[in-house]
Amino acid sequence: MRARTILRGAIGVAGFVLVMEALGRTGVIDPYTVPLASDVLAKTVVLAGDAAFLAKVGDTLSAAVIGLLLAIAIAVPAGVVLGTLPRVETAVRPLVEFLRPIPSVALIPLALFVFTGGAQAEIALIVFTSSWPLLINTWYGVRDVDPLAKETMRSFGFGPAAIVARVLLPSAAPFILTGVRIAASVTLIVAVSVELVAGGDSGIGTFLTDQGTAGVNRRDVMLAAVAWTGMIGLLVNVALVAAERRLFRRHHARTGQEAA
Amino acid sequence: MRLLRGLARLWVVPVALAAWEVLTRLAQAPYFPPPSTIAARSHELWFSGPAARLFLSDEAVRHLLPSLWRLVVGWAGACLAGVLVGIAVGRSRRLAEYVNPLIHFGRSIPPPTLLPIFLVLFGVGTPTQLAAIVFGVLWPVLLNSVDGARDVDRQYLETADVFRLSRGQRLWRIILPAAAPKVFAGLRLSVSLALVMMIISELVGSTEGIGYRMLQDALDIPAMWTAIVLIGVLGFVLNAAFVRAERWLLAWHYGARKST
Repeated sequence: MRARTILRGAIGVAGFVLVMEALGRTGVIDPYTVPLASDVLAKTVVLAGDAAFLAKVGDTLSAAVIGLLLAIAIAVPAGVVLGTLPRVETAVRPLVEFLRPIPSVALIPLALFVFTGGAQAEIALIVFTSSWPLLINTWYGVRDVDPLAKETMRSFGFGPAAIVARVLLPSAAPFILTGVRIAASVTLIVAVSVELVAGGDSGIGTFLTDQGTAGVNRRDVMLAAVAWTGMIGLLVNVALVAAERRLFRRHHARTGQEAA
Repeated sequence: MRLLRGLARLWVVPVALAAWEVLTRLAQAPYFPPPSTIAARSHELWFSGPAARLFLSDEAVRHLLPSLWRLVVGWAGACLAGVLVGIAVGRSRRLAEYVNPLIHFGRSIPPPTLLPIFLVLFGVGTPTQLAAIVFGVLWPVLLNSVDGARDVDRQYLETADVFRLSRGQRLWRIILPAAAPKVFAGLRLSVSLALVMMIISELVGSTEGIGYRMLQDALDIPAMWTAIVLIGVLGFVLNAAFVRAERWLLAWHYGARKST
């Protein structure tokens, strides 16, 4: 059963590659316009050992990780405050609803002015964008905590700090981790966007731009780099979904919710 | 009465605006003009045209309308494709097994990474923007449609068999309505993604549009802010309109939920 699923998936992928290759070889798609699938695959393998490319991947990933950690440090405490203090929540909610729909890419030119370095602007925008899903998820997670658990802690004489640490955060943890997963997928999008606009010489975005300039025009290398970016995105997502399942199996069993 | 109370809840918005005005006037930061300046510049730049043209200025006609046109066309095209393919994949387990790895790989690619490739393929201009928007929008719609079509209640399908509905009737009367809530969730997610892709594609490869106009204003910071505000308002309005439309179109669904 499981083996058959894997086999069919492999056939699907192989079929796609073969069809693309055949279209290129027979000239239906001009191999100059879109490189042959075999060329792209070969370049994908080559790129894995290309120090220059790996350094650029490192730039993007380190910006993404730093940005995500900062966002967690800011948004999770803010979410706890919003989820526990109804007065603050009613006051702040309209602001959040106005600010959240602003697409972060609209702030790229501003960020490039305000921050002198492209890398700083990149991290700042990653923080801005990934804070929203973290904030919302923490907020809703904390709000949904069983009031009885809070009351119990209180009647045993625990202070607010202990309640947050022992009840609110643990029971909101599955929601927060979902927020982290959503935020993680957004970080890569923002990081690459800033790199494309800002130029400079760091990150996957500038690698792609360089390979695409008129004198170079290595479309096979560009597609290979895109393939690696997709693999990274896929791996991060798979790892975080697995972490959610593993850490919070009890939670998913209780609520019957699927990790979508 | 409800309207009044709703408005009263928004007291924080004027307060925040006033605080923003005061702080920016005090700080005199070059990149953060006061909101009154932004409003004045907005009027001058975008809405000083003749009444017959809804007050849109030449600038607005040249930059806003192409952006909106591409946003709508790209979004609608990608949604149509995503729903069609999604329903097919969701209804056929076998097809799903073949294409699942490809779908998950495709959606893991951060859409902006493909922009440099679209640029070398299609050049600077509308086709690049449309391709970028379509690629960004496609995945959430596709994945949600797959989910919705796959999880149709068995009883509905068995009832359809009992009534001997034809395949077409089954699709129109059972599968599509049952999948609709999930499909709409995907469509709503995709609206904001379409906006993101519209802007980033205009920042990187365009000669017109809001995103392009933003970068032209290197020395006119208030003008850049008008674009940010405009895009923010656009995001807010599109999202709100979509939530409204969803509630109206899916009223039967929420009604059925309530009565059970």
